[in-house]
Amino acid sequence: MAHEISFIFNGNAMKMNIEDHWTLLHLIREELGYTGTKEGCGSGECGACTVIVDDKAVNSCLYLAAEIDGKQLTTIEGLAAADGTLHPIQKSFVEKGGIQCGFCSPGMILSAKALLDKTPNASEIDIKEAIAGNLCRCTGYVQIIDSIKAVSGYGEDEPHVVAFKTDEGERGE
Amino acid sequence: MQNLCSVGKRVPKLDAVDKATGRVKYIQDLKVAGMLYGKILYSKYAHAKIVKINTTRARELPGVLAVLTGDDIPDIRMGVYKDNRPLKKEKVCSFRDEVAAVAATSPEIAEAALKRIEVTYEALPAIFDPEAAMKEGAPLIHEAHKTNVLKMPWKLHYGDVEAAKKEAAHTVEDRFTTTWVTHCCMGTSGAIADFDPANNLTIHTNTQIPSLAQKDFLEALKTMGISDRRVRVVKPCIGGGFGSKLDTYAYEYIAILLAFHTRRPVKIEFDRTEEFIATSTRQPTITHISQGCDQNGKLLFRDIAMILDNGAYTSWGATTPSVMMMPITTLYRVPNVRYEAKCVYTNNTYAQAMRGYGNPQATYAIESTMDMLAEAAGIDPVEFRRINANQPGDVSTQGLRITTCGLTECMHAVKEKLEWDRPRQAGEGIGMASLIHVGGGARVYKSDGCGTIIKMDDFGKIDLFTGATDMGQGSDTVIAQIVAEELGLEVDDIHVIHTDTDVCPWDVGSHASRTTFIAGNAALGAARKLKARILEMGAKLLESPLEKLNLQGRHIVHQDDAEKKMAIGKVLRKAHFSHGGQMLMAEHFYDPANENMGKDFRGNMSMTYTFGTHGVRVKVDEETGKVEILQYVAAHDVGKAINPLLLEGQVYGGVMMGVGYALTEQVISEKGQNMNPNFRDYKILTAKDVVPIKAPVLETYDEDGPFGAKGIGEPGCVPTAPAIANAIYDAVGVRIKELPITPERVLAAIREKKGLDLCGQAVDKGDADECIIEE
Repeated sequence: MAHEISFIFNGNAMKMNIEDHWTLLHLIREELGYTGTKEGCGSGECGACTVIVDDKAVNSCLYLAAEIDGKQLTTIEGLAAADGTLHPIQKSFVEKGGIQCGFCSPGMILSAKALLDKTPNASEIDIKEAIAGNLCRCTGYVQIIDSIKAVSGYGEDEPHVVAFKTDEGERGE
Repeated sequence: MQNLCSVGKRVPKLDAVDKATGRVKYIQDLKVAGMLYGKILYSKYAHAKIVKINTTRARELPGVLAVLTGDDIPDIRMGVYKDNRPLKKEKVCSFRDEVAAVAATSPEIAEAALKRIEVTYEALPAIFDPEAAMKEGAPLIHEAHKTNVLKMPWKLHYGDVEAAKKEAAHTVEDRFTTTWVTHCCMGTSGAIADFDPANNLTIHTNTQIPSLAQKDFLEALKTMGISDRRVRVVKPCIGGGFGSKLDTYAYEYIAILLAFHTRRPVKIEFDRTEEFIATSTRQPTITHISQGCDQNGKLLFRDIAMILDNGAYTSWGATTPSVMMMPITTLYRVPNVRYEAKCVYTNNTYAQAMRGYGNPQATYAIESTMDMLAEAAGIDPVEFRRINANQPGDVSTQGLRITTCGLTECMHAVKEKLEWDRPRQAGEGIGMASLIHVGGGARVYKSDGCGTIIKMDDFGKIDLFTGATDMGQGSDTVIAQIVAEELGLEVDDIHVIHTDTDVCPWDVGSHASRTTFIAGNAALGAARKLKARILEMGAKLLESPLEKLNLQGRHIVHQDDAEKKMAIGKVLRKAHFSHGGQMLMAEHFYDPANENMGKDFRGNMSMTYTFGTHGVRVKVDEETGKVEILQYVAAHDVGKAINPLLLEGQVYGGVMMGVGYALTEQVISEKGQNMNPNFRDYKILTAKDVVPIKAPVLETYDEDGPFGAKGIGEPGCVPTAPAIANAIYDAVGVRIKELPITPERVLAAIREKKGLDLCGQAVDKGDADECIIEE
């Protein structure tokens, strides 16, 4: 059964006919053609398909498209400014090594955004909690956590990254 | 060292912005006009005869354009041993065996068609234990092979191990086992195959070996009766490799066959369950090891017999003993070494290359018994390792020539950063393990080469075409830094193209941690040739002697005369816009002077070797068996950190993969069937499992490496498991000889040590078998 829904997609008002059985992931990738949102498992276990609905990070593979009616949807394509300026979280992931193969990055960045929008002073524990559902096989999460910590206002005295010296790289809690 | 502008800097990955904004295209994101969707039907048995396949009802479904079975395709052979076919004929030998395939206009129709294929099987006796499979009378996986033991030559004996055993003051002996783990790339496997009317093939596929894949696919075309045609391999952005893309696979050939039969582009894309079930694992091992030393703690011998579960078919996993030989003969100085490995067919899934290529399995046994031997000899485990540490200038029994070697320094760094001598609380323990790995290529093929083509445009920007594969590790960025450094340019000026065999030069593949060293040297060689030509032109234009000129800050500069300079772009325009003009291009093929292993497996397989030591502090809960990592130190001798940001990323990622290997990850295989083909049950680590880690980096400047660098892609996950196992022993006095070290195994060992049964009751020695708990 098809029916019409309205929603805000990355700041633009949308009206479209959808099928009841579509997932939000299908709507984004196959109907709207935005491929930044990834499918890593299709069962809500890896977080690669994370998008933001209103203020909440959700797994779009488990979220029915029909549920988006009347809501605001943000995908990775909606994060940078119109002139291409990166969102501070994107910039931080780029600069601090938060990205390797990149497949988890869109979901990871959006989970971080949902966290920091709500809790600007997120602690390391908050960060780990917020991205616990976003799996990454490349980075070991260390530099991802660094990337998010660097834009969180939590504890100025807490070192984010201990500088790498010529003969010694060091980091700690 | 010279003053460096790009090399040694924390340069963000060149593709990071595109990845952060969702712009890059993985295989999942690619569509070709007119594309069909292919799906594969897998076996329902671990071992069975295929009696009959009825595809009629599948063919009748509207939207289905092709249904193929083993009978419909020519005899295409895959893998190292050529013992595998894209679609099986006559019999299946494992649950992941491909039995039929469909191409349809949508994935849903293709899936529905699979359900309409009726396969009649006749079950055969199956075998899942490699030791049982070696016995006389065991069911044969491949009857024509006449035995389940592969005819592979993995056997060496240097010195005299038997004599050394008699001489040894202390000897330890034990058995260690490892199980299946899998790569878990976040981006699943996939390919799009497309023939033009003349039967030239374009295949978009996730691969770490574009040039060798091209050769494999050309051979397949030949078997299909298509000769003298072209194969173009195009790599999309790759969502993780870790060795998984080092071979060509059934799904790629099936996409090719379906495309050929339908005359339409065909895409096959794995879902996550398929990725767990139908891709290859790390090789499981059973290792019998003994090591002995003299009274002063000097190692006298190492004797290892290993059995590898090959699974039903043979991919690169069966050749991992060739790399295991390196730690077995050369991790620490050992004068007498014996090693024999048998790869055995079973009805299990088959293994492949995975980060470390056998080294983690071998190092687990070696470094666990190093601690046991130190204890037997009454020597501190760090001191025991120091006594036996490799030194620069050593040549091992296998003929591996150690150039730079920071092993002793790495051990020292671990000792210091881990506060080794700090008093430990109850249940707390510390452990250490070291590693050797190839750091300067690995001559496993007749060539260990990589090509680079470099061209400069009118504006002084570079397009660089490399054979190397960036699958997320950042090789493009490292190559750009090396070239920018040599040509006095900014990293942003270098555009690295590695995606297409139509334009990129040849390479044997991104494996063996070889890309920074080999592709880096190839790029450096090409840059040097280009630099010589630019300087030659500059000498004429600036009317200056060649030796006074250099490239710096995007200009040709005169070292004594600041007035004499010219933008490199201007030099290029003068080269192009003139009579008898010239194009500024250079190519370089770098093939190092390392050696293939000879008949006795002697030979210096790498130009240089990477060393490292990991140390870990754990807390073990004696009531639950749970192991908590309190501190982790991973010290590595990397030659030179070309990009510390990316290097740290390799170490952290490797360590976390290693911690998963040690503690949580396993494919649970029940009579050949994968029982946990999903992330929730397979248990890769999450952000909440991140361990507090320090990664001291030692720079030993290897003279053969680009700017002194050695490879660092794999080492991070090599000594992790034994370091943790050693720390657990230190904490609670139990040695776990089986991976992963689950709480159940730790608890069982603690209870056994305390004389309790698995239920925690005191053992009445008469009926110790009463309480049976299955893991």
